[in-house]
Amino acid sequence: MPETNGSNGAPPAGGPGNGNGNGSGNGGGNKLAAIMAGAKATKTRAVGELTETIKAPEKTDLWKSVLRVKHDETPRSRALGVLSNVFLHLHPAKINRDAVAYNYTWGMGGMTFYVYITLVFTGTLLMFYYHPSKVVAFRDILYLESDVPFGKLLRNMHRWGAHLMVIMVELHMFRVFLTGSYKKPREFNWVVGVLLLVLTLLLSFTGYLLPDDQLGFWAVTVGTNMARATPLLGHDGPFGPQLGMTPFNDVRFGLLGGSIVDSNALLRAYIWHCVAIPIIVSAFMVVHFWRVRKDGGISGPAPIVLQSEIKDVKKV
Amino acid sequence: MDLHQLWTIVSTPDNVPIVLLLFVVPFYTWYGLRQAFANDRLIEQLEASPEMAKTHHRKTQPWRPEWTREVHVWPYLLRIEFLAAIIVTVILMVWSITLNAPLEEPANPTLTMNPSKAPWYFLGLQEMLVYFDPWMAGVVMPSLIIVGLMVIPYIDTNPLGNGYYTYKQRKFSIWTFIFGFIVLWVTMIVIGTLIRGPGWMWFWPGTTWDHNRLIFEVNRDLPDIVGIHTRIPKIIFGAVIVGGYCVAAAMFVHKLITWTPFNRKIYARMSVLQYTVMQVFLVIMLALPVKILLRQLFRIKYIWVTPWFNI
Repeated sequence: MPETNGSNGAPPAGGPGNGNGNGSGNGGGNKLAAIMAGAKATKTRAVGELTETIKAPEKTDLWKSVLRVKHDETPRSRALGVLSNVFLHLHPAKINRDAVAYNYTWGMGGMTFYVYITLVFTGTLLMFYYHPSKVVAFRDILYLESDVPFGKLLRNMHRWGAHLMVIMVELHMFRVFLTGSYKKPREFNWVVGVLLLVLTLLLSFTGYLLPDDQLGFWAVTVGTNMARATPLLGHDGPFGPQLGMTPFNDVRFGLLGGSIVDSNALLRAYIWHCVAIPIIVSAFMVVHFWRVRKDGGISGPAPIVLQSEIKDVKKV
Repeated sequence: MDLHQLWTIVSTPDNVPIVLLLFVVPFYTWYGLRQAFANDRLIEQLEASPEMAKTHHRKTQPWRPEWTREVHVWPYLLRIEFLAAIIVTVILMVWSITLNAPLEEPANPTLTMNPSKAPWYFLGLQEMLVYFDPWMAGVVMPSLIIVGLMVIPYIDTNPLGNGYYTYKQRKFSIWTFIFGFIVLWVTMIVIGTLIRGPGWMWFWPGTTWDHNRLIFEVNRDLPDIVGIHTRIPKIIFGAVIVGGYCVAAAMFVHKLITWTPFNRKIYARMSVLQYTVMQVFLVIMLALPVKILLRQLFRIKYIWVTPWFNI
């Protein structure tokens, strides 16, 4: 350790008395001074390191380990910010200037996905307080509305979010139709979209039964009574009884887990609503978003083609 | 004019989305068609002047030659998406704070609600139950709606309008879709929400919902009106009428798709399979308004009466 008190290592001058006092004082003083000096040096170094970190955090190893890409104003950074981010890389790096306009896409597809995420989030929170049992389901909703902190808000957000999602899905379909964005090469994606529409309606329907109130109970009764009228597969439908369909083995029985709307129906609705259909819908969403990119991104606005420019198709 | 009844129906939390639909759907229809008409004006200009058609950049959006064709997603798209997420969240939260989700009494299998309505997105189907039996209104027609929607890209042989709004170049498709979606689907949802009351009876907006109202409605089957009362002749008669309808409807559809020279050009591009599929779906889709008219105007219930099914 370098001596910082100016002494060059020579033994301290002074007589025994002095030496004693001085010696112990100086010897002790030297050590203390050395420690003090060391501490001061450390402090200066620490202050220096902190200032550097605050001035330029993006140069620290911690930052670089989490965010692998430089976030500066260059086009390269902008592109990589999207492409190298797992949440954002659904997007391309660049997009047609006119496709950004609201009056082309109405934003309905993206907003539907966003509302879906909020529904999954609120739905999961609701699951903490709900038992899919005939005995307590209704009571759980009452608890949610009166005892659970923000329970009313949570339930309302889930319910209205569901309605909003159905409205947005239908508006999205309308927009895609009006812009002809189902035409070549996007035909298959339209089919996947229709499947997503059906799944959204089914999600809504299965969720409707879960509060086990009169609304849900009778809605499901009406709905599954239609199942009993399925041709060939329902015990009340055309040609059903002829094929051996009874209330205990037809398609309605399969849906309800019984011949009446009871505890099995509630449990099945819960599983469809919270597990099975979300898994299926997520799979189809993945395909739907993938196909949007692979089919060429947002379809337009595309340059106008005139009637006289239609290429004639060779008839088979 | 029972304003209290009107207000009760319109402000029931579960009906509020439908009231919203009454504004939102016409707004977006107008919004899209406005773009379509703007594009159509450009199309007319381009068709009138081949010179312009050769040099114009073919869009109605603002354009300068020095502008790049593409912009960075970060920030231009992402900031709009971020804003949209915030706005949607705010709307959802305000909606959730002001309106409470409905909760009726606990489920009671021995007590039916009157009216017992499906969730609003299925009200269109429930309304169809008035005119068709459950197997038809609840199974066959919904399946056909779903399959029919899926089939649209494969039977649409019009290559124009791919990626831009236009009315002029896609009149048939747009009218068909608006008829199916807005006139049939959305209107039936509105009827089911705001007009159908106890007993599924028709109550004009502003009339009090009277559970004890009696409607003296005698609906007769068509074979009975015509005088056919035995089983086999009924089956044959029904088959003939339904067959006749199919032929008439198919002829009507054919007339529409060959109406203009442009329509004929697109029609020439269709294969036999595409044409047949299109006819099948359109004829069945038209059967719904036809059946509604027969019921409302002539009080006719069934056309085709068989021991196994009735239409």
